[in-house]
Amino acid sequence: MSIEELSVNSGLAAPPRKSPLRKLATDPQAVITSVLLMVIIILGLLTPWIAPHDPNEAQLNAINATPGTPGYPLGADQNGRDIASRLLHSISTSLTAGLIGASVALAIGITFGLIGGYFGRRLRSATEWVFSLIMTFPGLLLLIVLMPVTKGDYRATMLIFGVLLSPGVYRIVRNLVLGVKNELYVDAARVSGLSNLRILGRHVLFAVRGPIIVAAAFLIGSAISLQSGLAFLGVGSNLVPSFGAMIADGFTNLYVDPTQFIWPSVMLGTLTASLVLLGNSLRDAFEGAKLKPSKASAPTAITPRTTTLTTDSIQGSAADLLSVDDLALAYPTPAGQLREVVKGVSLSLRAGETLGLVGESGSGKTQTAFAILGVLPPEAVVTQGSIQLDGRHLIGLSEQGLRALRGREIAYIPQEPMSNLDPSYTVGAQLVEGIRASARMSRREAKAKVMALLARVGIQDPQRTFNSYPHQISGGMAQRVLIAGAVASRPKLLIADEPTTALDVTVQAEILDLIRDLQAELNMAVLLVTHNFGVVADICDRIAVMQDGRVVESGTALELFREPQHSYTQMLLGSILDENTVRTDQPTPVVTATGGKN
Amino acid sequence: MTTPLLNVKDLRVTFKGHGFRSREVEVLHGVSLTIAEGETLGVVGESGSGKTTIGRAVLGLVKPSGGRITFRGSDITHATAKERRTLSKDIQVVFQDPYTSLNPSLTIGDTLSEPLIVQGTSATEARARVRMLLDQVGLPGDAAERLPREFSGGQRQRVAIARALAPEPKLIVCDEPVSALDLSTQARVMDLFIDIQRRTGVAYLFVSHDLAVVRHISHRVSVVYRGDIVETGPADRVTSTPEHPYTQKLLLAAPIADPVEQEKRRADRHRLAELHREQHVQAGVSG
Repeated sequence: MSIEELSVNSGLAAPPRKSPLRKLATDPQAVITSVLLMVIIILGLLTPWIAPHDPNEAQLNAINATPGTPGYPLGADQNGRDIASRLLHSISTSLTAGLIGASVALAIGITFGLIGGYFGRRLRSATEWVFSLIMTFPGLLLLIVLMPVTKGDYRATMLIFGVLLSPGVYRIVRNLVLGVKNELYVDAARVSGLSNLRILGRHVLFAVRGPIIVAAAFLIGSAISLQSGLAFLGVGSNLVPSFGAMIADGFTNLYVDPTQFIWPSVMLGTLTASLVLLGNSLRDAFEGAKLKPSKASAPTAITPRTTTLTTDSIQGSAADLLSVDDLALAYPTPAGQLREVVKGVSLSLRAGETLGLVGESGSGKTQTAFAILGVLPPEAVVTQGSIQLDGRHLIGLSEQGLRALRGREIAYIPQEPMSNLDPSYTVGAQLVEGIRASARMSRREAKAKVMALLARVGIQDPQRTFNSYPHQISGGMAQRVLIAGAVASRPKLLIADEPTTALDVTVQAEILDLIRDLQAELNMAVLLVTHNFGVVADICDRIAVMQDGRVVESGTALELFREPQHSYTQMLLGSILDENTVRTDQPTPVVTATGGKN
Repeated sequence: MTTPLLNVKDLRVTFKGHGFRSREVEVLHGVSLTIAEGETLGVVGESGSGKTTIGRAVLGLVKPSGGRITFRGSDITHATAKERRTLSKDIQVVFQDPYTSLNPSLTIGDTLSEPLIVQGTSATEARARVRMLLDQVGLPGDAAERLPREFSGGQRQRVAIARALAPEPKLIVCDEPVSALDLSTQARVMDLFIDIQRRTGVAYLFVSHDLAVVRHISHRVSVVYRGDIVETGPADRVTSTPEHPYTQKLLLAAPIADPVEQEKRRADRHRLAELHREQHVQAGVSG
């Protein structure tokens, strides 16, 4: 069980639902850029009424007029055309270009992305091929070469550019759809009788809308830049007012009147920068910039309570290998407070003994085990209590000190054997490395030891397993490999976190046998974290039942199963589907669906 | 005997391997089973046995490569998309993972009313029906306005059950519906399944790896091993005195939640394993 799952479970008090729009409204970057964009768009829309001149109206007496000349607020260019009017008209050119380019790219990219991602393999290879082909076209060059076809009309150019941009959108959508397609809720929708079109529109498109909106902002930006770039190069009709053309004109007059060059540059810069920054804000809003828990007041530096030190010497009996006393653990919440997940847990464990730590998800059992291992995430805070192994305090020990203990005196078996093996190294290489990290020996010695261990944990062909990569072995085999690694250094304490939960029952039985044998052989203490009472009954000498961060009951296995005292333990044991309940009632076909009409 | 509700005969399913010119893998080698109206057939097996594939083939989510599936007498082995849509009124599903089986961005109400509206129910009627469905699975009526992430695993599974019940189906395929739930939640959800069956007469194809769960809910049990059904019979017999060696092994491998009983069972299991080994050795010598 991960920490993430834990916080989700215990944070059931409905996290505040915040729509992406609401999030945007509180993001200053989003607010400022959208206001800028709105102003620019409104100016563009009002151009026919507020522009003092026609953009192409040339007045000989106004050539290179300085800003402030009556009728020419920003001056005029070398052809005597009003710069302010041309700027206003360029807005609509840019926006039209951006919208055409982006819409074409989105329309093509989304449609084929959905098709390529959702439907079968053959259709996907076909679309893939076509889009790869499009990607190989040299964009800018193609647009210039095609000028005779587009007759210099920037809108036609933008249509083509949209096609050239579409592979980017296609790839985003296809990848997202491939991910969403295998979600069970899509299967469920299919079983519910929804048509493919409806599933695509409602379930799939809905799930991928965020990244598409983000991509749209960037696409508009790049279409606008490209249109300006082409106009700057002088490609296309020079009758169309455009930032690019204005910058080109301003360039030639740079020494006569530098402001001619500045106005269009500032406008173009503001427009594209706003779009890109808004795109970033959108991405944060939709894809959720992670909620950062604000650092809680108590830092991770941990000092055991002084009082526990004194009580320890009285309480902790000499025979105890591990003693956990009044341990409490907390995590900082996004609001900055500390939320306790383990609330004063005390455990003790003798050499050669197996203690079952039992509880449901969110009970804090895994957190307790992680605290003993010293592998809590950095934001976790131990608020009180002590952990002693063989009389040594583990809390407050440096990472170096802990590392010396882990793998030598404390060993660990995880729940998911597969995810604890590195897929890019062979099993043998990983075991050899682990052994050499904890004990000095040559590679050859280490290999001999690994082979002996693999044989000891019941692997039929150790040499073959040694040379295998993790994906080539089964889950049960992987767990045997990890057990081999764990017991290599003959640890005093083995912590097993749901070691058989991911395995089949027949394999589970074998793994439990193996743990039992190794324990007897090495006289290890085993702390077994599990939710399965069958496993507990099979292997544990004593049991501690955890609920909501506390140990509610502990005792020998027999006591606890036969005479549970606490109501929670009784409830848990009562929930076990026992051996003797078999369904006895006969199937009763009900012809009319009474359940539906009552 | 009347015609069974569902009749699966000689079902074969083949999966294409990954990559160029990869070999095909047959995961079901001719599986036959029947389910009567109002009956629960438990299908038990380990990972990779193909038990889930049986359910998915019945739902039309994988294409069979051979055999026949008949539902109420009509062949649905290769039902077209349109026929499937009609069938969806009668055959429904509850998946294992309550976290991914609900669309995270749709409210519970939207998820539940969607199939109803598709089948022509008016919006007001659908709303009323959703409230009734939520009530049927023991969730408060205001759950309809909330999103899946506001619910625990057990509650989400109740929503998934409500969704399956919405069109008043004849058969629900349950794919490990309680495996991801905590022990106490698991027992309550199982009781809900049985309660609903008694009230509505729906039949279940109940797929699980857990013999105890299957025993609790099934009238009959089929055991799947490596793509074949090795044993079928009344739940009581199959789960207490199984005939097939694999079922015996499976039964003895499942630990009992009692230290003393479990010790006995462990001894039995070791004895059985020893017996099988000897038989194996003998077979090896004579063969």
